[in-house]
Formats: sequence, structure tokens, C-alpha cells
Amino acid sequence: MPTTQELIAISPEIILALWALSVMFLDLLIAQSRKSILAYWSLLGLLLAGGAEFSLWGREEILFQGAFVQDNLSLFLDLVLLLATGLSLLMAKGYIKDLEMEHGEYYTLTLFATLGGMLMAGAGDLLIVFLGLEVLSLSLYVLSGFRRTEPMAQEASLKYFLLGAFASGFLLYGIALVFGSTGTTLLGGIAVAITEGGLLGDPLLLLGLGLLGVGLSFKVALVPFHMWTPDVYEGAPTPVAGYMSVVAKAAGFAAALRIFLSAFLQLAGDWTLLLSLLALLTMSGGNIIALAQSNMKRLLAYSSIAHAGYILLGVIALNSWGLSSVLFYLAAYGFMNLGAFAVIVALRDGEREYLALNDYAGLGSRHPLLALSMAIFMLSLAGVPPTAGFLAKFYIFGAAVQAGYGWLAILAVLNSVLAAFYYLRVIVIMYMREPAGQVAKMTHSPALALAIFLAVIGTVQLGLFPAAVVELAQASLFPFLGS
Amino acid sequence: MPGCKTYAILFPAMLQDYLLLAVLLVVATIFPIGGLITAFIIRPHRPGKIKGDTYECGLETIGETWVQFRVQYYIYALVFLIFDIETIFLLPWAVAYNQLGLFSLIEMFIFLALLLGGLVYAWRKGALEWI
Repeated sequence: MPTTQELIAISPEIILALWALSVMFLDLLIAQSRKSILAYWSLLGLLLAGGAEFSLWGREEILFQGAFVQDNLSLFLDLVLLLATGLSLLMAKGYIKDLEMEHGEYYTLTLFATLGGMLMAGAGDLLIVFLGLEVLSLSLYVLSGFRRTEPMAQEASLKYFLLGAFASGFLLYGIALVFGSTGTTLLGGIAVAITEGGLLGDPLLLLGLGLLGVGLSFKVALVPFHMWTPDVYEGAPTPVAGYMSVVAKAAGFAAALRIFLSAFLQLAGDWTLLLSLLALLTMSGGNIIALAQSNMKRLLAYSSIAHAGYILLGVIALNSWGLSSVLFYLAAYGFMNLGAFAVIVALRDGEREYLALNDYAGLGSRHPLLALSMAIFMLSLAGVPPTAGFLAKFYIFGAAVQAGYGWLAILAVLNSVLAAFYYLRVIVIMYMREPAGQVAKMTHSPALALAIFLAVIGTVQLGLFPAAVVELAQASLFPFLGS
Repeated sequence: MPGCKTYAILFPAMLQDYLLLAVLLVVATIFPIGGLITAFIIRPHRPGKIKGDTYECGLETIGETWVQFRVQYYIYALVFLIFDIETIFLLPWAVAYNQLGLFSLIEMFIFLALLLGGLVYAWRKGALEWI
């Protein structure tokens, strides 16, 4: 039976779950013309859950016999998830109305997906990882096909579902093998079993670890498990694509941090080698394919793949600097990537979206503020100072060098140079190219403007005054590294 | 911090483990394929019209196999499935009820309330109407 203390410690998750249910039932009572109330109601829920997170900061709670851990790491990641969800809801409000898919389920599913991500961030047991992943993925399968009548959305949803289900199978099989080898699914228990049982080179355990890695790689879209990403981002509603690119990634990395640090630290020699190979493939693959894209959503899809590769460097470095920079990178990435998606959302004429790269021509003179925001996001994604993206990259590459992965850091820097080309090309097109026909129209909405404004503030703030967030990120890793 | 240095020490032992995995992989590939090939060689081969027919639960197939079902059928089936599973959860709970105490009673009522909420939702959305 859960104690009151346990219920208080897990209150952010409980609040969000109840809120998602309340949105579902409110939807039944509200007339179609007033559905946007649900957006504000959902935002209120996110604020409450975020407030609960803040009040729990600094606690180290191990709940339900170790199945769930509410420590600073999960709280930090939860806040990133909640923030990203809030931004994507602000983007979505006008968008789903204009594209005639304003159903209450949009908000319910988004909240449930965030709940899944939060469960993954606090998981202390492989089964909770799986549960959280399924809650997240099942919601995203539906959300990515939310424009039911569009063939592209159907393709996206089905493709994501089939590959995602396959990946879940891998993950579950990995969990089964690890359980078979160690006799427990508790992350802490696995570490103990490896030491006490002398399982360091156990083939069953290694195979299980490998399958877990494959399952998670699918979810965060590492090359060569990335094939679904561009198609799904292209077919999904733009706010959902932005949401997925941040929340699914942050949750996946959260679970990876938990699993690799709490359970498999002794096997670090095995998985750092594999992960450094994956990181190299992911950075290079994402960036090289992104060079050839002419569709904004596909471009950002490949760019998000490349960013997952950079983030992986911090996991591989395995020192306190590297791990706190993973958290910082996820926060920075959340702001800049969602910001870029918000600009894409803004650039539409009612139902018609302007997704081709050439549609951005002339944006600099026609919509100067929007173009300026996009320029900031692109510079940040490219890693130009003084933006969040620069510092995030700087910390991660620095950590990799410190851990003795100099060669990987050099390749990552070369990759960033490559990536700068396609990010800067967007800026060049916006400011220096004359539009072939009409300039793309822009749809105003206060919520969307707020989303872009917050993303700009976040991107610049983390670039100029990163100390506060860096300190939070370092405080988050205390239980793992004792630094 | 176990980084690349640990790795260098572990390397020979690790390589052996991967070798074991490789052996397992080869055996696991050969085993089912071998079975299939043996069956192919030794089985009698007498095709017939009835043997080649579509098999569907032992019933004779009527008409085309690519029949479209009403989409309501699936929604009905889904709603049914939820309550089917509810029964499966209720049974072990009821059997062990005496040992579980008050907390599990509350927990079960939360579970039932969630399912009931789901039914209300499906009802309001028109899932139970046969159009």
C-alpha cells in the first residue's frame, strides 16, 4: 500500500494523469466552437504539474520498492518535458483549428504522452521504462495521424506504428533476457546482481543489453534506426512533429541515462564502444542527408537525428561534465527546435502550409520579426555563439575530450561545420533571395506568438546566462556520480 | 570512471563472449532452416484442390476473402475487449479478496471507474450506434 509520502512524491505524475482524464471528459461537454478552452485547461494542468515538480526539488525519493525514483534528474527532465509540451500546445491551438482537426483528444493524448515521458524519466525498473515508453508511443502513433483524411498523415501514423511496435518488441525482448540473466528488473538490483553473480561477460546479459539499446535507438532515432523519422515528421501535424522531436528524444535519453548509469555501469566498456559508433553514424548520417533536403520539416527531421548523435557524446563521456551537458543540451534543444517548428506553424495561409525551403524567400523583408526568430533558431541549431546551441555543443564536446574521446569530438566539430551549411542556407534564402512568386503568408495568433517569443527568450537566455540551468543540471546528477 | 582504460583490460575476455554470441547466432540460424529443408526432402508431395483451399476455422469459405467489414464492428469489438479484460482482472482479485484488504478494494474501484469513464466516453462519441 502506498504511503502518503509516496503519493506526494509522485504527485506531478498523478496531477498530469488526472488532468489528461479531465480533458477527455470535458471534451464531451464542450461545444465544437469552444474547444480552444481545452488548450488553456491543459496548460493549467502543465503549470500545476510543473509547480509540483519545483516543490519536490532537492528530494531523493525512492518509491514503490524501487520501481520509481523521484530525484533531481527526473525532476529536471520532467520540467524539460513539461516546457516542451506547453510550447507545442501553444503552437497547436490555432493550427488544429485552421486545419479542421480540433478535437479534444489532441490535448488528452499530448498530456498522456508527456506522462509517459515523465514515467520514463523517473523509472527505477525496466518494466516502468517499458510502460512509460508505451504510454508515450501509443499516444504519438495516434497524434502523428491526426489529420485522418490526409494520405500522408495515414502513412506517417502507420509507418510509425509498425516500426515503433517492432522497436518495443526489441526492448521487451531485451528486458526479458536481462531478467533471465540477473533475475530482476529493478535497475539497482541488476547492478548488484552483475557484481555479486560475476555476470560481467555473460552472453545473455550482453545480448539483453544490446536489444535494449536497439529498442531505445529506434525511439530516439539513431542511425541506422532512423528511417521512420523524416516520413513521420512530414506527415504528422507540424506541432506534433515538433513535440515528438523534443519529447520523445528527451524521454528516450532519460531512460537511456537511467538504464546505462544505474544498471549497467559495470559494463560501460561494452556499451561505450557501441554507442560511440552509433554516435558517429548518427551525426554524419543525419547531417549529410539533411544537406539534400528541400522540405523544411524533412530538413528539421534529419537535423534532429544529427542532434541525437551529439547528445550521445555526453552519454559516452560518462563523467559528471558529460552527463550534466546532456541535460543542458536537451533543454537548449527543446527551445531551439520547438522554436523552429513554431515558425513553420506560423508560416501558413489558413489551411495551406508553406513547407518548401524556397517558400522562405523574401521572408526577411516581408515578415522581419518572424525571419529574425527563425534566424536565431537556425544559428542556435548550427551552434553559433551567443546562442544556447553553441554552449550546449561546447559543453558536450568538451566533456568528450575530457573523457578521452578526442577523435569523436573532432569528428563532431567537423559535422557541425557541415551542418552549418544547411542551417545558414535557410537564413540566406530568407534574407538574400527574391521570392519567385508571392511571399509566403503568415497566420497571426497570440498563442503562437507567445510560443515563438518564449522559444527565442529560452534560446538566447541559455546562450548568454547558462549558469542557473547548468547548476540545476549538475545538481541533478548528484546521486549517480557523487560529484 | 570506467572509460576506455577499463575497456582495454576487458577486451580479450569480451571478444570471447562475442564469439559465443556469434556461435549462438549461427546455430540459431541453421536449426530452423535445417528443419524446413529436412521436412521438404522427406515429406510426401501430393497437392490437391481441397488441400490448396483457403483454410478458415474449418468452415468452408463463402465468396471473396477480401471482404470489407463495417468500421463500427471494430469499435464494438474494442469496447467489448475492454470489458472482457476487466473480467479477467476482476476474477483473481475476487478470489484473493479476503487477503487483500481495504486498499485493493479502493484500487479496484478506481480501475472500474476508469473503465466506466471509458464506456461513457465511447458512448458519447457515438461508438455504440450502428449507423
